[in-house]
Order: sequence, then C-alpha cells, then structure tokens
Amino acid sequence: MAHKKNRNVAIIGVGQTKHSSHREDVNQPEMIHEAVSAALKDANISIKDVDCIVHGNMELFEMVHQPDLWHVLGTGAYGKDSIRITTGGTVGTTIACASDNLVASGMYDIVMAIGFQKLQEGHTTGGITNMADPLWFRNLQTGALTGSTAYDVIQEFGEDRAKRAAMMYRIIMDKHACLNPNAHRAFGLDFDQVETLMNTSPQLVGELRLIHMCSQSDGACAVIFACEKKAKEISKKPVWIRDHITIHREETFNIFGYHKNYPVLKTHKFAAEQLFKRNNIKNPLEYFDVFEMYDPAAWWGLDWLRDFFFLKGDEHLRLVENKEIMIGGSMPINPSGGVIASNPIGATALLRVAEAALQVRGDAGAHQIPKEVKHALASGFGGTMWTVLMMLEKELSW
Amino acid sequence: MQKRVAICAVAQIKNDPNLWYARFQNMLLECFEGIMSQTKVTFDMEKGIRTVITCSDDVWDARTISNNGMTDVVGAHFRGEEKMAQESLNGLGYAMASILSGHDDVVLYMGHMKESQPESRNMCTNLAFDPFYCRPLGMDFVNVNAMQARAYMQKSGVTEEHLAKIVVRSRKNAAKNPFARDNEPVKEDDVMKSPLLADPLRQLHYYPSTDWAFGMLLCSEKRAKEFTDNPVWITGYASCMDSYFLGDKDLTSNFSLKNATERALKKAGIKDVKKDIQLFELCDHAAYQLPMWAEGIGLAQEGKGGKWIDDGGMDEYNVNISGGMLNGNPLLLGGAARAIECFYQLKGEAGKRQVKGVKRALAQSTYGAAGQHQAVVIFEV
Repeated sequence: MAHKKNRNVAIIGVGQTKHSSHREDVNQPEMIHEAVSAALKDANISIKDVDCIVHGNMELFEMVHQPDLWHVLGTGAYGKDSIRITTGGTVGTTIACASDNLVASGMYDIVMAIGFQKLQEGHTTGGITNMADPLWFRNLQTGALTGSTAYDVIQEFGEDRAKRAAMMYRIIMDKHACLNPNAHRAFGLDFDQVETLMNTSPQLVGELRLIHMCSQSDGACAVIFACEKKAKEISKKPVWIRDHITIHREETFNIFGYHKNYPVLKTHKFAAEQLFKRNNIKNPLEYFDVFEMYDPAAWWGLDWLRDFFFLKGDEHLRLVENKEIMIGGSMPINPSGGVIASNPIGATALLRVAEAALQVRGDAGAHQIPKEVKHALASGFGGTMWTVLMMLEKELSW
Repeated sequence: MQKRVAICAVAQIKNDPNLWYARFQNMLLECFEGIMSQTKVTFDMEKGIRTVITCSDDVWDARTISNNGMTDVVGAHFRGEEKMAQESLNGLGYAMASILSGHDDVVLYMGHMKESQPESRNMCTNLAFDPFYCRPLGMDFVNVNAMQARAYMQKSGVTEEHLAKIVVRSRKNAAKNPFARDNEPVKEDDVMKSPLLADPLRQLHYYPSTDWAFGMLLCSEKRAKEFTDNPVWITGYASCMDSYFLGDKDLTSNFSLKNATERALKKAGIKDVKKDIQLFELCDHAAYQLPMWAEGIGLAQEGKGGKWIDDGGMDEYNVNISGGMLNGNPLLLGGAARAIECFYQLKGEAGKRQVKGVKRALAQSTYGAAGQHQAVVIFEV
C-alpha cells in the first residue's frame, strides 16, 4: 500500500526561542510570540497569510486550562481558525502531522503549528506522575525517570561497554548542543570525561544518572506548513512532508498479556516498520541522511537506534562507539543536541521536525551536517511509549 | 477533489448527573462496542481504523495527558490516536480533514467527560484565565457569561421572561430525547425564581453538571457503503478565535461565531442559512446564548434576539430540538452532542422529536469565556 495524499504539503518556515531553564523575562504568550515571529520571518510571510493555527502543550505542567485562549495574544490566532490538539511528549509531532493533514485536505492553504512549554512555572515530574492511573500506578510512577533500559542494555552487553556507550552518546549530544545557539544545556563535555562521568554523576534511578537525563526547559517552536502551490510561490527551499505515522499503546504495562505482534515497549520499531514498508524503504540507515530523534535520556537514545533502523546485535552500540552518529558521521543523530540538551516538552517534538527541516534546507548554521540532506526523519516520543514519525524530503520525487 | 466525509454510525450513553459507578473507561467502552457491533469495522492496518481521534481534557480528568488512560478502550493499542483538546466539535472537523487529506480512510472519533468528578467546575474554568490578572479576580466561565448576558440582554431586548421560555422549552424538547439528561419539568415561574448564580444568570439558566461519552465512525465517500446504507455527510467545518481580555472586545459582537459560520458555509457551498438549512443545534451553555448564537449564525437579526423569540423563531427554524446544551451535556462535549442530534434528525431516526424534511443541519459549539472560540459544522443527506 503506497501512501496516498490529496495534495502535497511543505514546510515553508520554522521559528524557535532560545531554550532555557528560566525564561523569566517573558510570559507564555510573549515567549510563543518570539517563535511565531521568527517562523513568519523565516517564511517571509505575514500572519495575515496564515489560515489556521494548531496549538499544543500539556495543560497540567503550567496549570492553565485551554491555554490557547490566553495565548491568542501571542499566537496570532485572532480571527482565524484555531484548534488545539494534544497527546503527550509526542504533541509537537502530533500537531505537525495534524497541520499536514489540514493542508493536504484542501480545507486550509497555510497552517501554523505552535508547540510550547514553560516548565519553570510548574512541577514537571509531579505533572508527569499525575499521568498514571490514580488507582493502579500513580504511587509507583517516578515521572519520566526510569532505569529499566539501562538495566537491559547492561544485561545484554556487559556493564563496562554499556555504560561507556551511553556516556559516549551523551557527550556526542553535548558536542552537538555546543554548536546550537538555541540549546538549553551545552556544557562543553569531552570524550576523556567518559569514565569520570560514568562513576560520579548522581544516580537518579539505577544506572540512569543525572547527566544522562534531559533537562526541564522553557521554550517554544512554530512551524509553517503550506500547500504545494503556495509553497512553490512563497519559498525558495520548501521541505516536503512525505508521510507520517502515529503509534500509541495501552496505558498500563501489558494488561492484555504478551502478543507476538505487539511486544511491550516496541512501538518505535512497529511504527518504523509500518512507515518504511508503505514507502518502500528497505534500508532506513542508508536512505536517511539525518535523524532528529526524541531522545529523553542517553540510555533511551542509544537503545532506540536499534528499533528505528532495524539494527541487529550490537550494531547500534558500534554506531555510537565509532562516532557515526556525530555531525560528519554516516548517520548524524540530533545535530541540534537533541532532547537531552533542550526539553520544553510541548515544543520538543516539533523542534525535531523544525531542526530536520533546517538540515534539509542547509540552513542549520554551525550544526549543519556537511553532506547534502535529501531525506530526513524526525520522531516524537511520549505517553506510555508512544511514537510519531515524520519523513521530510528535499525533492518532490518519491 | 473529494469534498465530503461520511458519518456511518453513532453510539452514546445517556447523559447523567453522576455516573459514580462507572470510570470513564467503562463509559467509553460501551460506546466503542456500540460502534463495533453496528459497523463490523476492524483495526486492520490497511483496511481498518488506523487513527482514533478522542476528546477529553487534562484539567477535568485531573490527569496529565488525559487520553493516556483510554488508549486501550478506544482500540488504539499499536494504532494512532490524537486528542482534540479544544471543544469536541473541532474533533469532528479535524476528522474530516484527516480523511480528506487522504491520510486516513476510516476514523473513529470518541470522547468522554465526567463533570461529576471535579470538586467544582468553576475551579476548573478559573484555570482558563491567565495567572496574573484574571485568575486572582476569581473569573470563571459562569461569572464572565453573566457579564455577557447582561450586555447582550440590553442590546437585543431579551428579558427574564424570554430566558424562562427558553429553559421551559429546552426541558420539554429533551423529554422526547431518550439520551438526554433526566431533568424535572419546570414552569416559567420556577425559572424566574431559581437562585442567582451571577446576576443576571440564575441556576436554571445554566446547563447542569453532566457525565457523558460518545463514539462516531467516519469514513471517506468511497468506502461509506462498507459500513452503512445511508450515511450522513459532513460538508463544511470552520472555527474562529476571538481576543482574550474581555476589555479588548465588544462582548455582544459575535465576532468569532460570524467568522466561523461564514467560513463553514462557504466550504459547504451554502448561500442562505435560513433557506438552505432546516435544523440548528446550538451550544447554549446558558439560556441567553440561544438567541445570541442565533444572531451570530444569521437566524435572527442582530440586536433583535428578543423579538425573534416572540416571533417563534426557535420553532420556526427548528433550533435545539434535542433540548440543547441547556438540558445538560458536559462542557467540552456540547458540540459532539449537537452533531449527534443532527445525525439522528438527518437519518430520520430522531423518534418522537423527528422534524420532517430535514436535508441539511448545522451544529455550533463554543469554548472559553464569553464564547471566545467558536466552531460550526454543516451536515447533509
């Protein structure tokens, strides 16, 4: 089944704020306005050209109910069609997919997706814990902090190799973040610190240490989508949306028992299989030039490479150990520094799409990868192991 | 280009003041099973449902990512699910876009809300106000609606007697609707003597707190016959956002509703609301909103809402035959309830309240203080 679409859709503008732990200089609508203005400027259009705004975040992090109502002061939605679609950490990619659908439907020509979060104004781990079922799991939940992947990787590959690979991954992300002026945390770590950090960074849960984990950030991102006709009129470098897929899973772990087609925690692999199958992509590692992955922690980033690219044995560890995931490597992962560097949750997954689009355009500045980017992949992660994948293309040639 | 999308089946539970014995998962499961048994639809990756659109809200459920708790009962395990966090009618509009885009052929659209769960619905809606200026003043949807009610009543000659008439009619209509909330029938005098919530809004002028869930199966024009012999078509959808601070706008202007209506009608290719549409379902959270929204969509002349009621406008144009939001639907799901009434009426399955000769219907919904956000969907057979 080839993927069909009513009409083609392209990204014609992206904008983001500087991400930081405390954007105390701005309130929520003001912070969003920074990203919106940047995206409009990037697309070289005015807010009058936008037909519809799609807004997304998670309400309980800031405790504002339906924040799109207040945020109209900064989003530019006044007088326009305006909806609010939310999922979990995936929300940024969900609103990107929704914008693609809204434009492809023919109902709107230009749609702007806006993701934001101001985590400073709430309690992130409290907010995430509140996601769990109040009767069954809330008392067991530790927010997004989980040590089980670290345990699994250590079991499979031995303690020393696993810990070194996870820390290599972390340091590579920091090196990328140091090239991205919008990144929240960019420490200047170096590879000779692997051993020290493995042993001294404070433990959060098991072998998940503070240095492995993403930050809590304030930040916003806006991405503008246009139909083929408008995109070609407006943009010199439109980035085409080829396809996207969303895969969620049940809330409680394994309540229906194991099923061989739906193994627990394998939504990434399932989503990638379905998406690549219907787009005739046999070897994703070869096909894609860059991957902006939603990697909330170094252990997850390391482990998930295997799921997304169908790798066998220790191939994913070797990609990291050989620095193939660095800018300049064979499969650059998160040239932006990724989620470990900056995590304004409602914006985070949209930032993956925005950064992937910048790479396709060749406009990523200091963190631009050195080879031509024709095919880019972006992922979102959230909920209880939910996955969203979006494929971006330089040419309308598939 | 394909322009319309089919509604193949609807399932719902009865609107209830307090479903204390059911979790929202139970409520949804009942609707889900209703859809499955009516349509025999599957979750096959190629031919079945790949995308579920749900409606719920984090604050009302007191859960971050409120759609997280329902993934399994709506069939979204290893399938796509997206939550419309705005008012539910927008979920229907978004489902329409998802199908017209070609990305999906078949979409399951479901929603739940238990207003009996929070301690106070005013505390929930207070959180919709900015934390610096409005929230500390104690603003919520009720007291802000009261300000709008006062301004609108003055502008349009709507009196306490008119409001009482609207409430009495709502309850009479709802008594013919088996899924409507069971309310005591009231007389006009009861309405005018009911306790004040926020002047001029009285308790009986305001929709009662309600629990409810629903499901709906939508699909592309090409595939409709697989699931039903007589689908209802969605032909137009639009929404609009007004400004936020009350001082920044004329509370009686209907700015966002006029825009949403105009854009939805344009998409559906309809020129004359009064002639071309035979049934209207409006989200009257409070009694004054029925004539006010009627003005907004062009059924009543601007500033003449009172006269429009006196002239029998509500019955002439078949407005809120279901009993409307005023009889009780949960706040976020008022739009879905309106859409479902349009569906039954167009199918000719509205039982004792069936209106004859309905070919087109319009559903309207609103969210935010004083109708800040508005949405309109057009249906056809």
